[in-house]
Amino acid sequence: MIDSKDLDPNFKYEVAAEIGGANINRCFACGTCTVGCPVREIDEKYNPRKIIRMVLLGMRERVLKSDFIWLCSTCYTCYDHCPQDVQLTSIMTALKNIAAREGYIHPSFKEQARLVSKFGRLYEVEDFDNKKREKFGLPPIKKNFDDITKITKDTLPKEVLQ
Amino acid sequence: MKYALFLGCTIPIRGQNYEMSAREVAKKIDIEFVDLVDFSCCGFPVKSTNAETSLIIAARNIAIAAKKGEKICTLCNACTSVLTEANKELSENKEIREKVNKELGKIGLEFKPGVEIKHFSRILYEDIGIDKISKKIERDLGKLNMSIHYGCHYLRPSELYDCFDDAENPSTVENLVAVTGAAVIDYKNRLECCGGAILGVEEDIALSMAKQKLDNITANKVDALVTICPFCSIMYEDNQRKIESKFNVEYNLPVLYYPQVLGLALGIDQKKLGFRLNKIKANALLEKAGVEI
Repeated sequence: MIDSKDLDPNFKYEVAAEIGGANINRCFACGTCTVGCPVREIDEKYNPRKIIRMVLLGMRERVLKSDFIWLCSTCYTCYDHCPQDVQLTSIMTALKNIAAREGYIHPSFKEQARLVSKFGRLYEVEDFDNKKREKFGLPPIKKNFDDITKITKDTLPKEVLQ
Repeated sequence: MKYALFLGCTIPIRGQNYEMSAREVAKKIDIEFVDLVDFSCCGFPVKSTNAETSLIIAARNIAIAAKKGEKICTLCNACTSVLTEANKELSENKEIREKVNKELGKIGLEFKPGVEIKHFSRILYEDIGIDKISKKIERDLGKLNMSIHYGCHYLRPSELYDCFDDAENPSTVENLVAVTGAAVIDYKNRLECCGGAILGVEEDIALSMAKQKLDNITANKVDALVTICPFCSIMYEDNQRKIESKFNVEYNLPVLYYPQVLGLALGIDQKKLGFRLNKIKANALLEKAGVEI
C-alpha cells in the first residue's frame, strides 16, 4: 500500500538536480530498460522501470534505503536503448549518490571509497608488488597519493570515510 | 605514435599479463608508451558514492597527461568510460569545469580540453589499422577458435565514443582477432554484461551473470575467450573455478587478453606475453598454434 502522506513530491526534482539526473521526468514507463537489463534477467528484485516510477511518485525513503539501487551493473544497455533518453544509468548513479549522503551507502562501495582515499587505487601497493612487477619486466608503480586523499576528504560525504 | 599508458587499479596488480602483452605488442607495431607515475585510480570506484569526486579524480589524471602533452591509452573499459566521460563533460560544460578546476587548483593542476583518450583496442583498430597489422603477422593462428567478450564500457554509452563501433553489433575486436587467422565464434547474448561491477554487492547475481555467458560461449567448441578489460577477465577467469563448483559445471576455458592473442600472431615469445600468469592454463591452445611452451 502506498500512503500519499509518505510521498515526497519534490524527490524527482532533487534527483534531477544531481549530475546526470536531469532527464528523469522524461520517462513514460515503456519498460525498454527492464526488458534489456541483464541483472533483471537473473533477479527480478532489480527492476529499473519500477525504480523510476517510485522516484516519480516520490517514494523517497523506500528508494534510498533499498538494496536494489546498488544492483545496477552500469552496463548502459538501458541508457542506449531508452526512447526518451532518460539516461537511466546516470539516474541510478544520482540515486546512489543521494543515498550515500543520507548514510545508506552499501558497504562494498564504502570500502572502495576508503581504499581509493587511502591508497589512490583500489589496492594497497606494497614493496612485494613492485618486486613482482620488476621480475615481469614492468616499471614500479606509486604507492601513495596524498592529493587523492585530499580530494576524497574534501569532496566525499563525511560519513563515507568514517 | 605516442601515448601515456593508463593502467588504473586492477591491471598493475592483478592483470600483469595484460600489461606485459600490451607493452610487447606496442613495441612491435611502433606505438611508444610513456609511463606517468602520478596516474592514479580513474575515479570509477567512487562514482556510485559521489559522481563529483569521480569527476575530479578523472580530471586530475587528464590534467597530468595534458601537462606532459601526452595522449592517453587505456587498457581497462571502466577507465576508458570514466576518463572519456569526464573529458567530454568538462570540455563542453564551462560551469562544471570551473567547479572542478577550483578543486584541482588546490593540488596545483588545471583541466584544459584537448587530451585524446582511447582504449588500446580502439587505437589498434582506428589508428594502426587492420592492414598495417596484417603485414606484421608472423604466425598464423588459423587452427584456433575464439569467442570475444567486449565488455560494456568499451561500447556504451555509444554517444560517448562517437559511435566508432556499432554498439548493437560491434565488429572492431572481431576484426582484430580475425587478422591473426583465428576463427571468431559467435555465441548467444555476446554483448551481455559480465556482472563485475556488482560482484561486491551481490555475488550470487554477478556470478550467475558470468555463468550464463560461460554457458553460451562453451556451447560451441572454442579454444579461448578473448577479453579487453581486466574486470571482465576477473569474472570469467579468476572466478571460473568458483562458478564451476557453485553451479556444478565444468568449463576449463582459457581467458586471454587480446594483446596476448595478437602478440602470438606477431611472433612474440609467449613468456613475454605473460601466459604463465593465466590462471586457466592455455598450454593446449599454445600447442595447437605451434607455439613453444
